[in-house]
Amino acid sequence: MEQAIIIEKSVIIIAVFALTMLMAMYSTLAERKIAAWLQDRIGPNRAGKGGILQPLADGLKLFAKEEFIPNTPNKFLFFVGPAVSMSAALMTSAVIPWGDKLHLFGRDIILQATDIDVALLYIFGVLSVGIYGVMIGGWASNNKFSLMSAMRAASQMISYEVAMGLSIIALIMMTGTLSLREIAAGQEGMHWNVFYQPLGFLIFLVCSFAETNRTPFDLAECEAELIGGYHTEYSSMKMGFYLFAEYASMFISSTILAVLYFGAYNYPGMNWMEENVGINIANIIGIIVLFLKLCFFIFFYMWVRWTVPRFRYDQLMRLGWKILIPLSIANIIITGIVILLVE
Amino acid sequence: MAIETISLSGRKKEVSNKKMTFWESLYLVAIFKGLMITIKHLFTRKVTIKYPEQTRELSPVYRGQHMLMRDDQGRERCTACGLCALSCPAEAITMKAEERKPDEMHLYREEKYASIYEINMLRCIFCGLCEEACPKEAIYLTKSRVMVKSATNREDFIYGKDKLVMPLDMAIKNTPNTAAN
Repeated sequence: MEQAIIIEKSVIIIAVFALTMLMAMYSTLAERKIAAWLQDRIGPNRAGKGGILQPLADGLKLFAKEEFIPNTPNKFLFFVGPAVSMSAALMTSAVIPWGDKLHLFGRDIILQATDIDVALLYIFGVLSVGIYGVMIGGWASNNKFSLMSAMRAASQMISYEVAMGLSIIALIMMTGTLSLREIAAGQEGMHWNVFYQPLGFLIFLVCSFAETNRTPFDLAECEAELIGGYHTEYSSMKMGFYLFAEYASMFISSTILAVLYFGAYNYPGMNWMEENVGINIANIIGIIVLFLKLCFFIFFYMWVRWTVPRFRYDQLMRLGWKILIPLSIANIIITGIVILLVE
Repeated sequence: MAIETISLSGRKKEVSNKKMTFWESLYLVAIFKGLMITIKHLFTRKVTIKYPEQTRELSPVYRGQHMLMRDDQGRERCTACGLCALSCPAEAITMKAEERKPDEMHLYREEKYASIYEINMLRCIFCGLCEEACPKEAIYLTKSRVMVKSATNREDFIYGKDKLVMPLDMAIKNTPNTAAN
């Protein structure tokens, strides 16, 4: 029995890891394609049919590029920076419920690498570690502009983490749990949290943009003011790691958005499917539904990126501290009152 | 009418610094409108010309590489009058005239010909005035898509007669069959 659990979990972990990598890889292609389409262009279409091999070509190019290391006081940190970013981005996928459960070999297999009770806290904890990657990278580059950019990125991430955490509290008050699995299960049918927490969702969405360093909050990268941003001094695959981490965290935060607010793997008629067609098929459809939802959010990220211009730094801070945090506190109060009235 | 309000193009707009209303200051409406605009472009026709497979249509007045023409008997038309060099606004053309020898009757049409004819492609602006100035219809700007080839040496951009004169095989092709007999 113990062995079965180990095998089952390993398979899920490897599958999730591979999925995250694959999604991050193809997000780069999707980003370029969608950017092109939104600008009436065609986009990469040389490598493979319709550019399907483009991520491989990009990867090969990054590996083959010259590795340039500045005369930094601490070479070790210079190497650690991208690795921290990457691992922080990948670690969050451990607690995401990809589906309800499958019934295979006479066992119920829960489609989640690990079901911990404090999954939400874990996600926030790991997300905030991601800042270290940026900060270490910017500091170890031994470049003022990189350091300034890293500082900016770190202060941005910290500011928005506050609003993000507060916006989540209203959700937790409603669902009464920190476990992502229970939050997902609570949204059965069409009882998606977004209908009960529209304001919280909006705040969380905006904060996710800031947390993943995506436009309009991509102040970590700034060609115009600070040369290139915190990764100015990075070249070849270390640079690739930073970019890859961005796409990986985009994938993860899309998934979190889908799980927290858009009903996770639930779809209308799931119970009916479970009773009439079978639990396995119903749940595989559930996984596909979750996948579609998160793909929509990835698309949304890119859609916004190619629509909205970048914020100015003071505007960014004003939005974070003066607007989003009061709003999320108001949201908590409103939710509290509503819960009190309903009960 | 005050000078500030005159708009010759009819597109002039006054800058408005009015205070934004609450909904405008939220920006969400504006962002949503922007998103709608960009999503429309997903479904519009793409304007890309896929270069190696497709090439852009040339405009009817396209002017490419120069060519010094030959007549229907394969003789060079140029008589080295220098009018093209005179008309050239960029002063790209230089030439040196020489007298035709009796045994060169089949090579040059007039008694005088250009022994050296050079166009500096770094200066040439492809305006086509040389073509217009030429009384002998000797120089033409072709529809050739071949642009001036890149080089690392300035001398390589000075195109002499070896590159400018119409190749003989092309002249043969153009020659009417009756004349060939």
